[in-house]
Amino acid sequence: MNIHEYQAKELFEKYNISTPKGYVTDNAEEVESIISKLNGKAVIKAQVHAGGRGKVGGVKLVNSPDEGKTIAKNLLGSNLVTHQTNKSGVPIEKLLIAQTLDIKKELYVSILIDGDLASPVFIASTEGGMDIEEVAETQPEKIFRIKCDPLIGLTPYLARDLSYKLNIPESSIKQSTNLFMNLYKLFIENDCSLVEINPLIITNNDEIIALDAKVNIEDDSLFRHKELEKLYDPNQLDPLEERAISANLAYVKLDGGEVGCMVNGAGLAMATMDITKKAGANPANFLDIGGSADQNGIEEAFKIITDDSEVKIILVNLFAGIARSDVVAKGIIKAAKETNSSLPIVVTMRGTNADEGLDLLKNSNLNITTASDLFEAAKFLTEILPNLGA
Amino acid sequence: MSILVDENTRLLIQGLGRDGSFQASKTLEYGTNVVAAVHPGREGTTFENKVPYFSSVEKAVQKTSANTGVIFVPAPFAMDAIIEQVDAGIHLIVCITEGVPVLDMIKIMSYIENKPVRLIGSNCPGLLTPSTKTKVGIIPGNIVKPGNIGVVSRSGTLTYEAIAQLVQNGFGQSTCVGIGGDPVHGTTFTDVLQMFESDNETEAIVLIGEIGGTREQLAAEYIKKHVTKPVVSYIAGQTAPPGKRMGHAGAIITGKAALASEKNTALSNAGVHVVESPSDIGLRMKEVMR
Repeated sequence: MNIHEYQAKELFEKYNISTPKGYVTDNAEEVESIISKLNGKAVIKAQVHAGGRGKVGGVKLVNSPDEGKTIAKNLLGSNLVTHQTNKSGVPIEKLLIAQTLDIKKELYVSILIDGDLASPVFIASTEGGMDIEEVAETQPEKIFRIKCDPLIGLTPYLARDLSYKLNIPESSIKQSTNLFMNLYKLFIENDCSLVEINPLIITNNDEIIALDAKVNIEDDSLFRHKELEKLYDPNQLDPLEERAISANLAYVKLDGGEVGCMVNGAGLAMATMDITKKAGANPANFLDIGGSADQNGIEEAFKIITDDSEVKIILVNLFAGIARSDVVAKGIIKAAKETNSSLPIVVTMRGTNADEGLDLLKNSNLNITTASDLFEAAKFLTEILPNLGA
Repeated sequence: MSILVDENTRLLIQGLGRDGSFQASKTLEYGTNVVAAVHPGREGTTFENKVPYFSSVEKAVQKTSANTGVIFVPAPFAMDAIIEQVDAGIHLIVCITEGVPVLDMIKIMSYIENKPVRLIGSNCPGLLTPSTKTKVGIIPGNIVKPGNIGVVSRSGTLTYEAIAQLVQNGFGQSTCVGIGGDPVHGTTFTDVLQMFESDNETEAIVLIGEIGGTREQLAAEYIKKHVTKPVVSYIAGQTAPPGKRMGHAGAIITGKAALASEKNTALSNAGVHVVESPSDIGLRMKEVMR
């Protein structure tokens, strides 16, 4: 789960990690007085769950309260489209107005879980304020990685060593060592999947301050972080993806597809997308209904697919182990009737109660084509699609 | 022969709630030797009049000599269940539970290091040896057939798809192993490949991977050096967009190496028969084994 920059910075302050003085607002009128309080100069940052804000006008330096107000008016209520969002972008509902600081040096730090090493990894670089993947590509020698023992954690000597590697001035070594230790503590105590500071700055007074803050909380751990769960911001998600989360479905919208996919299991769902593409069509979504979805869940899954205006045909691929095919069939039939959907549906059903499920679908008056396996399903897709003007 | 589970498997099932009980039933129905059920508060009773309940794994192992454990407890309690099984001396632990916090998994991995125990999962369908009717997990018993193909996969239902295609093309399986879709998991592709390579019953291997991580590349390196048996592979998620988690926590493209195309190249360079369409798994095996 993503949280906003201003929320991440509030978390930082709790762990004694310094951030620039700043105020959050959803009201452009307030921006004038905030900037006055910050001595007439500030940086305005759109609060959205997407990286790459700076490149598309989501971060602006302003030199007067008046200028700030004008910019805030333009930003608030608009959508920001970055390389990480889909084509409709994400809404800007809040702004962070922060003081500007003199920067002597910009650094990069992050912590994440390396699955292959089965441990948290602390990553740091002397090249802050840049795209870290680009640094990794072009100047790999400037990136430092520390594997942290899962039971011991980050130790002070490792944090100190890292500070020296980053060429932090001697007078600030204690400060940076504490900061790295605190950041690690924050990461563990809040079950994060990522914390990132880019840039972490050293000011002219040798203070070390987190100019930016990115925190992702691991979804599977939210059950033990009720206070963080409240920071969930559904408005930052694609509306269809948001509905899927509410219905406990794993769904990812894909731009430009015409084949709505409904599948049980994540691997099989990806395979279904792949075979759609191989058949010369484009998948409109990833959708895993899971093993324990009831009829209501299936109905909502079908409606999410058909509410995507780009979808022209539906491909259902079910290999029921825990799931029951007859329940899935009933859900599809009910949802199709309620939404008056006449979209053609290609279905493969195997596993638990597959024959019952297929019988229900064949006798339902829906526009159903049944396939015996994936290969045949792909063949039917290529036969039907050209007739739909797709 | 087969790998990991066979006629010597004495299975303990932990966590018999709604899903666990359903799966326990299917496991008994298939003919697996289930010797103990662990669910606090039920000691003194039996599951379906066949399997004695115990309130702790330690007691169950003492009374029944269970050597293999399968876990269905909910995610918040999975770490505790795994550690309980390790401490009780279970040699093979299979954790089916989905959604175990990753920080719990890394602690578990650290805890079991250098201990005589093998963990499969979490978030996996488990494993099954058809020739001895040994089912440890949720792979449906009615889709497999005894035979000579070893199957190893990060996925659940996609594994069933691969098995169905093998059967359709006349191939049975020695053992099917689902290693799980989480970024941190116990037994890896490499571990299972090593076992299939030295198993007399296994003549060829199907490897099903996914986007995310670099475990398929490690598998490719291992195959190049140590595997003499033919391997057919398919990597799911060629059409997945970067940065989006495709259901499984581990199935997310976070860098170039995580791409399906990179994994396919690595496997292909290791001499693996790579298929790009998931419907070609069985057919390719037929060509390879002709």
